[in-house]
Amino acid sequence: MSQTIGYLKETASQTAGPYVHIGLAPHQAGFDIFQNNFGNVLVGAKTKGEHIIVEGRVIDGSGNFVRDVLLECWQANSAGRYNHPGDRQNKPLDDDFRGWGRACSDFATGVYTFQTVKPGCVAGRNGRTMAPHISLWLVARGINIGLNTRLYFSDEEAANAADPVLNSVELPSRRKTLIAQRSQRDGKVVYTFDIVLQGENETVFIDI
Amino acid sequence: MDDAAQGRVTTPMGKPTSNPYPEMYERDHNVQPAAFTPIYKTTVLRSPRNALLTMDHSLSETTGPVFNHNELGLLDNDLILNYAKDGEAIGPRTIVHGYVLEENGRGLPNTLVEFWQANAGGRYRHKHDTYLAPIDPNFGGCGRTLTDENGYYYFRTIKPGAYPWRNYTNSWRPAHIHFSLFGEAFAQRLITQMYFEGDPLVAICPIVKTIPDQGAIDRLVAKLDMNASVPMDTLAYRFDMVLRGRRSTLFENRLEGN
Repeated sequence: MSQTIGYLKETASQTAGPYVHIGLAPHQAGFDIFQNNFGNVLVGAKTKGEHIIVEGRVIDGSGNFVRDVLLECWQANSAGRYNHPGDRQNKPLDDDFRGWGRACSDFATGVYTFQTVKPGCVAGRNGRTMAPHISLWLVARGINIGLNTRLYFSDEEAANAADPVLNSVELPSRRKTLIAQRSQRDGKVVYTFDIVLQGENETVFIDI
Repeated sequence: MDDAAQGRVTTPMGKPTSNPYPEMYERDHNVQPAAFTPIYKTTVLRSPRNALLTMDHSLSETTGPVFNHNELGLLDNDLILNYAKDGEAIGPRTIVHGYVLEENGRGLPNTLVEFWQANAGGRYRHKHDTYLAPIDPNFGGCGRTLTDENGYYYFRTIKPGAYPWRNYTNSWRPAHIHFSLFGEAFAQRLITQMYFEGDPLVAICPIVKTIPDQGAIDRLVAKLDMNASVPMDTLAYRFDMVLRGRRSTLFENRLEGN
């Protein structure tokens, strides 16, 4: 026997379930209750940087769209700084950008959307710079513990090639599952990022 | 300004660390459910087959969104009143309260806690819920609050009912309240469910049984708290939740924070 160390244990995760929208996005559940709702638009008119749309679908192991998924994103601003007291990088904050958003897939089409800005590069560990990226977290019925992944940008080839996280994906062929494809639509920049939960082209999920 | 707002982490000994946002302790997969748990059938097609990628934490994982009181409404933490139309919500009046802590035992201040649940009959106000129990016109079923400077939270609600679901032919969910927690870092993001002491449905629930550790299951069961109850008015349950802790860091050759 020995002494015990009084660390607490992390609370166990449980699925967000099919009715996650009630709590986190009541409009999507079909009712209106809060004066202020958290949503998928991260930007205002004054937010600095290139305004972009991120959209895609989440696909299950049978190839079907997951239509009841909830996603959250967390990202740095266009200068590459997080709006959080723990980020001490010498870069400007943007008062019009929190860097966090919440989106639900559409019950009919399965498409999720974020309106945001393209983030700048962020300092990584040991002096290495990370390529611009958005952290994503998704929960749904049938997902016992939230899945984490990262979205990188197809027009950042050089930065992606040097990114420490992308390079830690052992199979180079799987790295492309983390790259969103840039296109233009109606004068707007759209990045398409489908997330495959299981099977061929399964997205790389991260044990963060 | 509190410690978290200043970017200082207070350790169990009360000494602030110099490196304010180091990495989080690794997640203990012995207490967390695996992704693939056939006992809960929907996980079968929604679980990755590849091993998750292991990475060291960067700022992307050790920071997270900050929320403010002015984003919440005055009744957001009172589910008896926050959707009341022509009366109060029906069901056992219930207070739920406790602390949001991290693994070092520190309360997490000013962190967003969101919750949602079925009504007293076990019916959700959701366009996809078709259970035959009636909707309560005065009950929305969701709320949210921010913890205080000590990590304490509370809200008022009605006790939810159990309800059937199609997993096996006769599967029933124990009465439960869903919780969504942020902490101070995106790596602490967590969704869980709170159960009620004494409910025999907990032990046979397939979703509960995705958790591989009995102690971890027991920690999801809130205890009746008579001291926090309001005589002749409302029963109370105590429910503490724990998010991942931050590692101490070696700073200028001194181990800070231990």
